[in-house]
Amino acid sequence: MGLFKRRKTIQVACDILVVGGGMAGCGAVYEARYWGRDLKVVCVEKANIERSGAVAQGLYAINCYMGMQWGENQPEDFVRYASNDLMGLVREDLAYDIGRHVDSTVHMFEDWGLPMMRDPKTGRYQREGKWQIMIHGESYKPIVAEAARKAATEVYNRIMVTHLLVDKRDRNRAAGAVGFNVRTGDFYVFRARAVIVAAGGASHIFKPRSVGEGMGRTWYAPWSSASAYGLPIQIGTKMTQMENRIVLTRFKDGYGPVGAYFLHLKTYTQNAYGEEYESRWYEDTKKLVGDYVDRHPVPTCLRNHALLKELAHGGGPIRMVTTEAFQDPHKETVGWENFLGMTIGQAVVWASQNIDPKHTNPELTTSEPYVMGSHATCSGAWASGPEDYAPGEYRWGYNRMTTTSGLFGAGDASGGTPHKFSSGSFTEGRIAAKAAVNYINDAGEEPLVDETEIGRLKAEIFEPLENYAIGRNEIVAGTVSPSYILPLHALQRLEKLMDEYCGGITVNYMTNEPLLNRGLELMEMLKDDARHIGAEDLHQLQRTWEFRHRLLASESVMQHTLFRKETRWPGYYYRGDHMTLDDDNWHCFTLSRYDAETDTWSMEKAPVYHIVD
Amino acid sequence: MPTFVYMSHCDGCGHCVDVCPSDIMHIDTTYRRAFNIEPNMCWECYSCVKACPQNAIDVRGYADFAPLGHSVRVRREEEKGTVSWKIKFRNGEEKNFVSPIRTTKWGSIKSPAEYDRPEASRFRSQELAHEPDLLNIDGGLPVLDPKRLKPGAV
Repeated sequence: MGLFKRRKTIQVACDILVVGGGMAGCGAVYEARYWGRDLKVVCVEKANIERSGAVAQGLYAINCYMGMQWGENQPEDFVRYASNDLMGLVREDLAYDIGRHVDSTVHMFEDWGLPMMRDPKTGRYQREGKWQIMIHGESYKPIVAEAARKAATEVYNRIMVTHLLVDKRDRNRAAGAVGFNVRTGDFYVFRARAVIVAAGGASHIFKPRSVGEGMGRTWYAPWSSASAYGLPIQIGTKMTQMENRIVLTRFKDGYGPVGAYFLHLKTYTQNAYGEEYESRWYEDTKKLVGDYVDRHPVPTCLRNHALLKELAHGGGPIRMVTTEAFQDPHKETVGWENFLGMTIGQAVVWASQNIDPKHTNPELTTSEPYVMGSHATCSGAWASGPEDYAPGEYRWGYNRMTTTSGLFGAGDASGGTPHKFSSGSFTEGRIAAKAAVNYINDAGEEPLVDETEIGRLKAEIFEPLENYAIGRNEIVAGTVSPSYILPLHALQRLEKLMDEYCGGITVNYMTNEPLLNRGLELMEMLKDDARHIGAEDLHQLQRTWEFRHRLLASESVMQHTLFRKETRWPGYYYRGDHMTLDDDNWHCFTLSRYDAETDTWSMEKAPVYHIVD
Repeated sequence: MPTFVYMSHCDGCGHCVDVCPSDIMHIDTTYRRAFNIEPNMCWECYSCVKACPQNAIDVRGYADFAPLGHSVRVRREEEKGTVSWKIKFRNGEEKNFVSPIRTTKWGSIKSPAEYDRPEASRFRSQELAHEPDLLNIDGGLPVLDPKRLKPGAV
């Protein structure tokens, strides 16, 4: 669409608006329809729900399944596992809630047609590990999307949601969202009585290891653009554990998963000289975290820490010993299909470099950091707990309602609940949607949207197109302008800044207070420049708004990292000025609230409740 | 392996444009065929490759780290319910794999609205749709005694 052509405004009024049609969003849509038979349930997605979100490419395992029907695990076991893996800081009330519901989700997937592998001896789902079951999940997302399409009143694909709307009379109440169609350029206004944010976590906020053509081969999807955080932060919703970024040990360059290799194929790691190295760093790790190193299984961050120490000691490359397991043709097939099912890029890397794991032990590496709430870390919105047992400090409204009334979170958007993965995220969407139906049934007046605000947002959303159209005339050709920067320029400045000042790969995940303060100074200038991004077309406009969400999420990560004066998760990041774990002062959640009016952050601590026998 | 499109195969149908999660498959306005507008934002997810009715889309490993001469090809057949892969190494070695993708008919999932309306009393319970039946356990949905949640370090 040309700059001066008339831009249409499309108005959509609904009861429940689900932002993001990935696993959590599809779960929310399904459950919203089950309980809200007469409600208008709308799902809005920036891509196409057929293949959107982190599961777009498929999965070879469901990583969160209790197996209560066979007495394999109980929700409490899951809580202990998740809490242990995150060095004690998990919202155990929320995690228990995932654990008690997730099996019904997985059984539903099987009924829908997801091919589950079964143990030929027991007839049960084939276990990959204690919590994981193996699937043929190439069509996992299309199957789940089919259910969501049947359940939704309407699905809007290719709409990039840029902002949430709040009630004119109560600015702490959600009223809908706005965005634009990335194909037509039309402006969309969604008015809703309840909003569920089920958008994606944050890839590409830290500089990736590959910065050329391969920058898209990040571990988490490049389209996970931090909207899970950028949207709620803008309206002052409280966030938690945003410092709790994750670093993944994965196969080199393709970031192919290691779960099935460790757990099912029983492959193991060694250093360049064929030595086991983790035990060598036991005492070193114990000095940092004390008895946490003795917990079982060893927390993931601490295993990363041992690997990083070994690399710094000169023991690299670290390799996965596959040559033994891959002599078994069944295991070889599992090893390859594991990649083809969820990280095809790793198969391409191995094919291109002639790495056949039957004959060569492939290299491992640690990734750049990511911020997310569904995998093995728990960044996200501070959410109200289950009504039947959550302690008072965790319960102010409906289950999974954030600190903004009528705004719910699920998947990457909901904080404090790690290890949900695909099935748990879908489950959390279900939990949030049932609560949202109850919220709507209880709420009186519908929220009222400020029309002036909508006009202001519309101008702001499309401004990058104007920046480009005007500034472009100043220069002959090319990408260098004195008036604007391109979305990719902005993204790469953010990635470099986060990398160097907030503990990325080039500084071996190290930061401290002076670095963070300097990083925040530079970020202020980037925030100014963010208003001078030039977007050549609608695709670049989408990239601009993805960047804006990433920027806000990154600032939150900086503030949280600055606030927590300890190193809770060595192997994920280090506070050089506070190198040890400090349970006396920091066995707590960190909470932040951003005030857009004053452009300031306020930080506080919240207690951790544990399930005690 | 960012994707690329063979000129002689593509007929410009736009299936790849429609499905790409990264919004990087677009139609070239001169040739009326698809191409990857932003290879460095490609996740190699193969959604477009699988969706292409002409098998016109292929991938070439990222120039940063993938030497030339390899290929990973896929054929996804919804009617047969399978996905087939052919991996060709730079040195010419080949590997083939076939996996099932679905056990039920496409389009066969029931809308939640086709199930009986939940009774009013169930709205305030903690049970979700199809629970407790679908949990396949005795004793109903597990419940946590709130007294067991205690603040502090353990």
